Amino acid sequence: MNGVNISKLAQKPAARTVLKNYIPAIVFLLLLIVSSILSDAFFTSQNIFNLLRQLSGTTIVSMGMLLVILTGGIDLSVGSVVAMTGVIFSYYAASSNLATALLMAFACAALAGLIAGYFVAFQNMAPFVVTLASMTAARGIAYIVSKGTPIQIKNPIVLAFGKGSIFRIPFPVVTAVIIFIIIWLVLRYTSFGRFVQAMGSNETAVKLSGIRVEYYKWAVYVISALLCAFGGIISDGRTGVGSPNIGNGLELDAIASCVIGGASLSGGRGSAPNALMGVLILGMIGNIMNLMNIAGYPQQVIKGVIIIAAVLMQRSKKS
Amino acid sequence: MNEYRVRMENIYKSFGGVKALKGVSLQVRQGEIHALVGENGAGKSTLMKILSGAYKKDRGEIYIDGACVEIGSPRRGRDLGVGTIYQEFELASDLTVAENIFLDRLGPHGIINWKNLNRRAAKVLADLGFDLNPEELVGNISVAYQQVVEIAKVLSADTKVLILDEPTAVLTPKESEKLFHTLRLLKQKGVSIIYISHRMDEIFEIADTITIMRDGEVTGSGRKDDMQVDHVIELMIGHELATLYPPREATPGEEILRVEHLSGKAFSDVSFTVRRGEVLGISGLVGSGRTEIVRAIFGADSKLSGHILLNGKEVAIHSPSDGMRHGIGLVPENRKEQGLVLDMPIRYNITMCSIKKVLGKLGIIQRRKEQALSNDLIAKLNIKTDTPETPVQDLSGGNQQKVVIAKWFNTDSQVIILDEPTRGVDVGAKVEIYHLINEFARRNMGIILISSELSEIIGMCDRAIVIDAGRQTGELQKSELSELNIMKLAVGGKVK
Repeated sequence: MNGVNISKLAQKPAARTVLKNYIPAIVFLLLLIVSSILSDAFFTSQNIFNLLRQLSGTTIVSMGMLLVILTGGIDLSVGSVVAMTGVIFSYYAASSNLATALLMAFACAALAGLIAGYFVAFQNMAPFVVTLASMTAARGIAYIVSKGTPIQIKNPIVLAFGKGSIFRIPFPVVTAVIIFIIIWLVLRYTSFGRFVQAMGSNETAVKLSGIRVEYYKWAVYVISALLCAFGGIISDGRTGVGSPNIGNGLELDAIASCVIGGASLSGGRGSAPNALMGVLILGMIGNIMNLMNIAGYPQQVIKGVIIIAAVLMQRSKKS
Repeated sequence: MNEYRVRMENIYKSFGGVKALKGVSLQVRQGEIHALVGENGAGKSTLMKILSGAYKKDRGEIYIDGACVEIGSPRRGRDLGVGTIYQEFELASDLTVAENIFLDRLGPHGIINWKNLNRRAAKVLADLGFDLNPEELVGNISVAYQQVVEIAKVLSADTKVLILDEPTAVLTPKESEKLFHTLRLLKQKGVSIIYISHRMDEIFEIADTITIMRDGEVTGSGRKDDMQVDHVIELMIGHELATLYPPREATPGEEILRVEHLSGKAFSDVSFTVRRGEVLGISGLVGSGRTEIVRAIFGADSKLSGHILLNGKEVAIHSPSDGMRHGIGLVPENRKEQGLVLDMPIRYNITMCSIKKVLGKLGIIQRRKEQALSNDLIAKLNIKTDTPETPVQDLSGGNQQKVVIAKWFNTDSQVIILDEPTRGVDVGAKVEIYHLINEFARRNMGIILISSELSEIIGMCDRAIVIDAGRQTGELQKSELSELNIMKLAVGGKVK
């Protein structure tokens, strides 16, 4: 008798959690249906692939942001680091060869992540403040290197990568999918992923279990920055220029995607598939509003409302 | 009729199902210092919070100057002349001394007459015997003076009854002397002082009357001159049966841990050894520095000086991972905040310290191996759950504690430190935890057990050291372990 009661009690929250995990996917599907009804142009292969190509950069950056958010941190610098690496890549692609350009882009990204992560992990500085500073600095570097004007990309390989596709799937999308899968697997199956999540829930407990929390913290900022380099290079290839202006507000899109995907900004909660759903939901909303000829400024207002609505929904399911 | 300034008659108070006060009566005369003593959780603070209006009583009467009063709120308590000074001061450090003293009545209509305010503040302070600049920022003065400001703040509101909750906990001995001087001055002015403490030396120095509480009841009360330290301690701790504690097969072997002259922020010059198969107790009151000592050994806090030797070799420990690498494990005092990731499954928590044992290539967790290990530990420690996938927050306190202990079961630890491992668990789980401690001893590990329960120290330990205010006041061998001996060392007294 007693046993039955206990197992029932145990099942209830479990069922609720399972449902909660699928909310972003459900919202995504609903939005997909609504979008195809609202506009004939939505479900055309050209629109879909365009949309996915546009979202590939956000997806990649959001995966890094997810890791940071899981630890209970935040990375405001992603947009600027995308711009910085994009500019550095185009600079070296123009003045040197492709290998140097790749090396320099990733090295500079790593350095940005190492510096920001160091202050967060070892100097106990607030991630918000540290990445606010690195956001400003990285943007500055982007302008310095480019002297304020976009740098043309002439390298055919880069352009082919940004604009081309394999089996009709654009290369940037392929890259994003691969990175998504890696992050997903890392979070699910490795000790790194587990401790990153555990740390966001209870850093003290993880630390007192003899785990070097600082290094994990450091690592997530480095990974986030490295993924930004992918974003920068893809943007270069897609647009044909390395511009210091790109990635403005990208940090907000990435954070919003994670949050729409159920991640908690206090850390410990969130998953890669749901963050991906978050990216797609946010991107789709923008896309359908474009197709319906809604002007840019009202779009921003609507986006803001939707973010709040998404978070409220997660909350109401929790309590 | 007005022999007593405060009379509390038959006060009852429960929190949920827990009876915190079971018919407590307390009489405080005008112009006396009345010490209220008892162990942690005896009900002293609850009683005082009822008097000050912070809690509502369930039953009973309160008389102030002979008139029956209802104290429904802290505001009402203050109007009746009851003022309280808590351990944590309620001061604004960016405001001046004068502003803090008169914080809720700076001036009419919110307009401040600075000259007048500072003069009034200076007078209140002078009456207390202190020459303190009213314009100084509170953040710039010492803790002792902050306490004076706190007292001045309370007294400036026509306080007839002053309650002090462990006031010397934050003071140096010299500062305590000054405080006692102030209290005697107040006494002469007719203020009744209720002084909460469990430090015998202080109580016998300053109190006129002593009331002892235990388990929500008054176990004794009388003039100080009629009482003796031993008797007061006996009334504080009462007596408990020692049948809870299972016998241990292990006999202490060679020395494994040696701590020499260890000092940290909250303790200084602590030295002791632990042998294989031995349980060393660390006793002392909450806040005495016990926890800080073991945290420093494990590497969770940094130490200021001193040496830690494992198997005769000095080791450098700067972080918990260093501690673990050298074979030290810590079961922290607060399982929910320090021991567990509550929203994660038992399996994730239980393998947290021994994750290396289930890792394959590339840091990938071998799920089967991990499940087997978890199931094994769940069975061995008798953790009550259907599956290792249950989030630990759904477990009872006792089972949660077993998960925290289980974390260290499969590590290569040689020394295990348990900080209050049975706090808040039921008797059944307690006994199981005692068996686990014996299991650690049987495995030839060295064990350090911190406990606030004296009977637990006596029942489980081969030896114990006692800490008082960050200093090691003594070491007791098994034959010397008694509540009286421990308590004497823990409250600043001396054995014989």
